Amino acid sequence: METEIIEKIRENLIQGRKSEEDEGIDETLNGTPGVIELTEEALEKGVSPKEIISLAITPGMEAVGEKYDSGEYFIPDMLASAQAAGAAMEILKPHLEKARIASKGRVAVATVKDDIHDIGKNIVVILLKGAGYDVDDLGIDVSTEKIVEEVKTRGIEYLGLSALLTSTMTRMKEVIEALDKAGLKGKVRVLIGGAAVSQEYADEIGADAYCADGFQAISAIGALKQQ
Amino acid sequence: MAREGLLVIRPLERLATKDLNHIHQASLDILSEIGINCHNRDAVEAFAGAGAGASPVGDEISNIKIPPKLVLKAIENAPKEIVLGARDPANQLILHGDRTRVYLASGSESNIWLDTSFRPFINKNDPDEEVKLPSFNPRRGTVADLAFSAHLAQSLDTLDAFIRPVNIQDKDINNHNKDVNKFFCCLNNTSKHVMAGLTSLEQLQNVIAMAEIVAGGQQALQNNPIISFITCLVKSPLQMVDDTTQTLIRICLEGLPVVISSSPQAGTTAPPSEAGIVSQINAEVLAGITLTQIINPGTPVIYGSVPVRARLDNLNDAYGAPESTAYNIDCVQMARYYGLPCYSTAGVSDAPIPGLQSAVERLFSSLLVALSGPQYLHCAFGLLDGNSTFSPLQAVMDDTHFKMLRQFLKPADIDPENLEAVYRKIADTVQTSQKLFINDIRPLMRKGKLSKPYIFEDRQGNDSVLCKANQELERLMTLPGCHLPEEIIEKVYERIPGILPRLDTRKSN
Repeated sequence: METEIIEKIRENLIQGRKSEEDEGIDETLNGTPGVIELTEEALEKGVSPKEIISLAITPGMEAVGEKYDSGEYFIPDMLASAQAAGAAMEILKPHLEKARIASKGRVAVATVKDDIHDIGKNIVVILLKGAGYDVDDLGIDVSTEKIVEEVKTRGIEYLGLSALLTSTMTRMKEVIEALDKAGLKGKVRVLIGGAAVSQEYADEIGADAYCADGFQAISAIGALKQQ
Repeated sequence: MAREGLLVIRPLERLATKDLNHIHQASLDILSEIGINCHNRDAVEAFAGAGAGASPVGDEISNIKIPPKLVLKAIENAPKEIVLGARDPANQLILHGDRTRVYLASGSESNIWLDTSFRPFINKNDPDEEVKLPSFNPRRGTVADLAFSAHLAQSLDTLDAFIRPVNIQDKDINNHNKDVNKFFCCLNNTSKHVMAGLTSLEQLQNVIAMAEIVAGGQQALQNNPIISFITCLVKSPLQMVDDTTQTLIRICLEGLPVVISSSPQAGTTAPPSEAGIVSQINAEVLAGITLTQIINPGTPVIYGSVPVRARLDNLNDAYGAPESTAYNIDCVQMARYYGLPCYSTAGVSDAPIPGLQSAVERLFSSLLVALSGPQYLHCAFGLLDGNSTFSPLQAVMDDTHFKMLRQFLKPADIDPENLEAVYRKIADTVQTSQKLFINDIRPLMRKGKLSKPYIFEDRQGNDSVLCKANQELERLMTLPGCHLPEEIIEKVYERIPGILPRLDTRKSN
């Protein structure tokens, strides 16, 4: 019984079905419980949050990643699965805290001051949540002062900064300098992304990583964790 | 069941109704006052018998002045709906003069077949850097090439009908066996409709007999005309040539579908003005249509138009010129003005090889002319250098480009019910933190309702379009052939003289 519901969560995660209202790829699943309903059911049945994560969510997302790499899945499929994984993690969060199981890391993501573009940022948020990180979305047009304040008060370990415009990318340098001044250098690792920036720019301003897309954000944080 | 083609809901128009009226009247004036010089005795007698004025203007030539009422009667008698059959009934085409459903056809008969190979080149300054570049090898077309091009046509999804794109020039092909080999090559390699011109009138009966064997008998061929003919009986300006006119007369008597085509060149064989070339070509095509209805009222005749502008550097046809596209659209409108199915032309490039020029020129005319809504569009799959070269590689790319057009022409999904649903969806999504419509696009993607990225795109940032298209061509070459059943091939070889033994596919079936 336990195996069956774990299997169902994993399958629906691969299908990108967050809730019973969602369509996946397999039309026969339409109208059946999605990841949210199945996760709640699993908890009611006494399945541990750790098992749900290690046997359903993590291998499910790995399978989705493989399908994306092989060209079978496209970005919307990845995002749908990541959204489903993120929703499951939200349900599991209080249970994990109760069991004193830490998340993979605390991340904040913001589009810098004077820039209101958020598609890339939103995708990064979805993917990181789906990958098991605790993510704070600080929003768009966020001032340098607010970013520093949030990093400090929320205990952020990884900060993702996004800018689409060449006129706003300079804000990233401002943020890094402000973090230094606030004594947060080394405590928070800064990742940058967005159409305006590059690896070269990341090196120039002293960012810890440049991410060309949301998937690189996951791998970059993973690499920074190893350092 | 017929092929879907491209449904153009709001056809592109260049000319206003008053312009169409003017052109129509100008063409009637040309036919009734200037007249057409006819080199064919049977046609002269037919026109005269129907009430046209005929006066000798030289040896074997008569000037025919066609009164407007004769032209108008012919337009009235000509069928407004024509069925072009196919070996596979699912490949049938229904051409209706008032409906803008566009079927795409290959063609025309080019002399040169262009092979493409890819050779590696190494950067002198960096020996580790190697690129593959295309190398083009033009050569005379053969029956094997024609058979392969028909095989290719079978597998190109957007191609609705097949007009032979290559002239067969083997040493053992002559005027006495060319037509039967040409039609057999086509019919034995594609189950789509086959249209072609006739080289020799003496072969008409053999070609029709072959088509009857393939279709299942005389009546079966009438019901499902798997072949049709193109006749360019007019030599511009305003001269009806002897042999093709005779061919047309015989085809009319057989009752098979036929295109009356004319190809004047603005600046040489037609006036350089748009009004001039369009009123002249319209007169020339109407003269041919009138003859078909005099010979055999109800003959399924298609209004064909291939107007072009002259290139001033060499006086070749300037297919890539924007003016040629404009003339073609005008003619599509004229055919629709009469309610007659229209054969139009687009996509021919002046470029001698596949590349940027050919892409730009063929897309420019293909998109615009297709959007004007001709029922049967000779869209030059693979044709280059005017009409003189056929590149199968280019044909593969053309298919991809027409898939894009097919996607574009899908009807918009705007209706009150749908708008209400999207209103609710927008209202819900803007409330979410991510504000993304990801879950809505996935079902569309899975059901094939969205276009895919350009299939010859190179994600490494290189331009590998030709190389990737060639890989696709090589894949298509390996697909099994769509040959006639063995017993049909046997009957064809038994009853139709002159077909080359090497075209017999029975061993490979």
